[in-house]
Amino acid sequence: MRFGVVVFPGTWSDRDCGHVLKEVFGQRADYVWHEETDLSAYDCVLIPGGFSYGDYLRPGAIARFSPVMRAMEQFSGGGGLVLGICNGFQILCEAGLLPGALMRNDHLQFRCQWVNLRVETTASPFTNAAEAGQVLRIPISHGEGSYYADERTLRRLNEDGRVLLRYCTPEGEITPEANPNGSLGNIAGIVNERGNVLGMMPHPERCCEPLIGGGDGGYVFRSILEHAAVC
Amino acid sequence: MAVTKEMMEALALSEAEYEAIVERLGREPNELEVGLLGSLWSEHCGYKHSKPLLRMFTTESPRLLAALGAENAGAVDIGGGLAIVMKIESHNHPSAIEPYEGAATGVGGIVRDIFAMGARPIALLNSLRFGPPEEGRNRYLLEGVVAGIAGYGNCIGIPNVGGEIGFSPSYSDNPLVNAMCVGIVPKDRLVNATVGAPGNLLVLVGAETGRDGIHGASGLASRAFEDRQDLRPAVQVGNPFLEKVLMEACIEAARMDGVAGVQDLGAAGLSSASAEAADRAGLGAAIDVSKAPRRETAMTPYEVMLSESQERMLVVVEQDAADRVARVFKKWRLNSTVIGHATDDGMITVSEGKDARGALPVSLLTDPPQYRPQGVEPERQRELRAYGLDALPLPSEPPSEVLLKLLASPNVASKEWVYRQYDHHVMTNTVAGPGTDAAVLRIKGTRKGIALTTDGNGRYCSLDPYQGGMIAVAESCRNISTVGAEPIALTDCLNFGNPEKPDVYFQLEECVKGMAAASAAFGAPIISGNVSLYNETRGQGIYPTPIIGALGLLDDVTAHAAMAFRHEGDAVVLLGAGNVASPTASLSGSEYLQVFHDLVAGQPGIDLELEAAVQKCCRSAVREGLLKSAHDCSDGGLAVAIAESCIAGGVGVTIDSALSGRWDAALFGESQSRIVATVSQSQLPDLLRLCGDLGCPASAVGTVGGDSIRVGGVLDVSVADAAAAWRTRP
Repeated sequence: MRFGVVVFPGTWSDRDCGHVLKEVFGQRADYVWHEETDLSAYDCVLIPGGFSYGDYLRPGAIARFSPVMRAMEQFSGGGGLVLGICNGFQILCEAGLLPGALMRNDHLQFRCQWVNLRVETTASPFTNAAEAGQVLRIPISHGEGSYYADERTLRRLNEDGRVLLRYCTPEGEITPEANPNGSLGNIAGIVNERGNVLGMMPHPERCCEPLIGGGDGGYVFRSILEHAAVC
Repeated sequence: MAVTKEMMEALALSEAEYEAIVERLGREPNELEVGLLGSLWSEHCGYKHSKPLLRMFTTESPRLLAALGAENAGAVDIGGGLAIVMKIESHNHPSAIEPYEGAATGVGGIVRDIFAMGARPIALLNSLRFGPPEEGRNRYLLEGVVAGIAGYGNCIGIPNVGGEIGFSPSYSDNPLVNAMCVGIVPKDRLVNATVGAPGNLLVLVGAETGRDGIHGASGLASRAFEDRQDLRPAVQVGNPFLEKVLMEACIEAARMDGVAGVQDLGAAGLSSASAEAADRAGLGAAIDVSKAPRRETAMTPYEVMLSESQERMLVVVEQDAADRVARVFKKWRLNSTVIGHATDDGMITVSEGKDARGALPVSLLTDPPQYRPQGVEPERQRELRAYGLDALPLPSEPPSEVLLKLLASPNVASKEWVYRQYDHHVMTNTVAGPGTDAAVLRIKGTRKGIALTTDGNGRYCSLDPYQGGMIAVAESCRNISTVGAEPIALTDCLNFGNPEKPDVYFQLEECVKGMAAASAAFGAPIISGNVSLYNETRGQGIYPTPIIGALGLLDDVTAHAAMAFRHEGDAVVLLGAGNVASPTASLSGSEYLQVFHDLVAGQPGIDLELEAAVQKCCRSAVREGLLKSAHDCSDGGLAVAIAESCIAGGVGVTIDSALSGRWDAALFGESQSRIVATVSQSQLPDLLRLCGDLGCPASAVGTVGGDSIRVGGVLDVSVADAAAAWRTRP
């Protein structure tokens, strides 16, 4: 597969994503500058974590106006896979490619820690390599990851099975204690209606090698590769 | 315009120094020139009281690529064509006034020192000291500093992998904020901080220049003062996004041919950056201040030259490479402006358009007077050292209660509530992060790893600065050895009071001597650092507090040890001691003595030969795969070290060796050179044989298992209770 990894001024997970795609999964991955207007060469585009343009106004609020995000609309509209991680999730919401918004963590602090995520559905290009109900251990690192959407949107997300990941206990229970940021419904990751755009706050690229703490992030990337192999 | 007394006051320039300037210059300097001299001759930039002492540090090492003071940061060769660049620096004074921005810009400054060398920063560490956290002002400073480090560090995407936080009334109102940064670079791509050759262009890159931070180096960091609130405007405001972009652009530019040098604009801004870069090349520099992009109008040449606006770099470019390099900065949407060029006249010449504004010899600017006053040992220090600890009553609480209270003391308790606010995973190299003896990072593309730590104990140094200086170095190297890495280089930050006071100067001199002795004993040179003096409030100096940042090398990063006890039945071995007894003297300067007797007294001490043997033995044992765990014995002594290993592993332990002597000394004494290790029963004989071969005293003292911490029949605490106490948030 050919992956594109978007780089805004202020992006910092670009090289982490590139490392995982190239060194761990042996894929072709290019860094895509924010001024790029054409993504048609790629099968899957990642929007990595960071503070795009500093995010001084609101995470993603400036990045959504960048040329690459206009290209992203076209790319995802054509069915291309988009994975937005952390700041990438925030940007996708700001750009309207995903519903809802990511607000300041309810405790008002930045959090970098390992969390447990329950896989809610495997009927997705991003989770098909996992099992439904499986608990993945993946780190978060954000100050503004509290997912919010209005009731109607939430209901639709739930009914359509578009919530892929929820914060949970190590045993897989969805509890307030397991929620690291105050996200509604413990939501950690959602897809768009078509199912080809995933936004998630946790960082799967940070745990694809046991040496640095675990391999559960690999489920997300393997799912993408398996999906492509089947299609 | 005549030079006024107020100006000299603002610059912390003495009358004698002014007279020396007039004599060496052969004329009266003008206002701008006094500003340049005052900044460069400040304690902060000029190291007037410390330079003669710093020469005691050995810098010999076959690995050395950039020595102490030679460049923006020190650099060592780690093999495979790679260099590690590192430095630690203080931002104590700004943080005392404005904790968020003070700490944030401290991070920004140290990161620029690293990427100025062409290196990509890969790790941050922070060594912090505050007054008791229950006091309002200290709490405000603590929370502000942590938020500032988080706010800046998280935004620039460099993991914050370790450090320490300590508390003592000695640091009330005068926190220590020491930030360390570590970078990596192919060694043939190391960049020097020099103007290179005459005719090279001086390009100012990054933020626009404003009036912020004027007199930061001289006024703020180089003298004692009473009411600091007036100096709030001397603290700069950070822009981490700009720093991130500047970092990427500078690293990209540094890889290009035609970039002759890069110099960070830190303390004293353009004046020190240009003078230091010119000095390294034995050349001069001509600067036209009218070219510098401003964020404020009507700035004078004085203000432009002394501004400490953050996120600026001086990039020195060969003329024919100028366009090529400018394109890189343009791509990152950064200002890059040619503001001058290197000259062969050995002068710093400042003009404003066509008008000459001042000219000074580089040799005058970079050669301030050096002071080596006669230090006098404080009387109080001698008395406290001679304190009769044997006569101390045992505490009324039983040993188990003492352990719980120590685990909950702010100096010992878990700092997770702090480091979970710092991104410690980004860059995906973190094998062991904060909360461990030393952080371990992998080096991508190799089998190697590096280990990093910071350490420093002001209490020990306040009692005996020579021994304390040795212990600071020894403990940092021990932490490195505990994870299995070989200490290969050190960086230091010397935090002291007013050096013009004989007792403070004595502490400084003795500490440096002790550090130099230990650094030589472990073969780990001090390759970079910073000196922060005048740390005092209301006339009272802080504890003399040298902070040591240590770098270790692991040939195989997968072979490293962690502190957690792992398997029931494993044998607990105390490396460095034949038994669990500890003399009463080991209570000297201990956490226990402070918490239970409200006392800082006694004679701390260390045997460097024993220390070196213990560290070597631990490293060998880790390398040979013998150890299941290893943890340094430090604050709180053996009982706390064991409890921490139990909490980390979620398993209990029984230490069955009988205690001898006072139980408080045996359990909580802080004898140096001890590591608590575990080994499988089947490999216990191998480990003890290795210890014997390497001259490291060792004894099997107990067994991992159960859910309680039991020691010598006198202490019995459940791991759950210990964990709850240890997780107490101050």
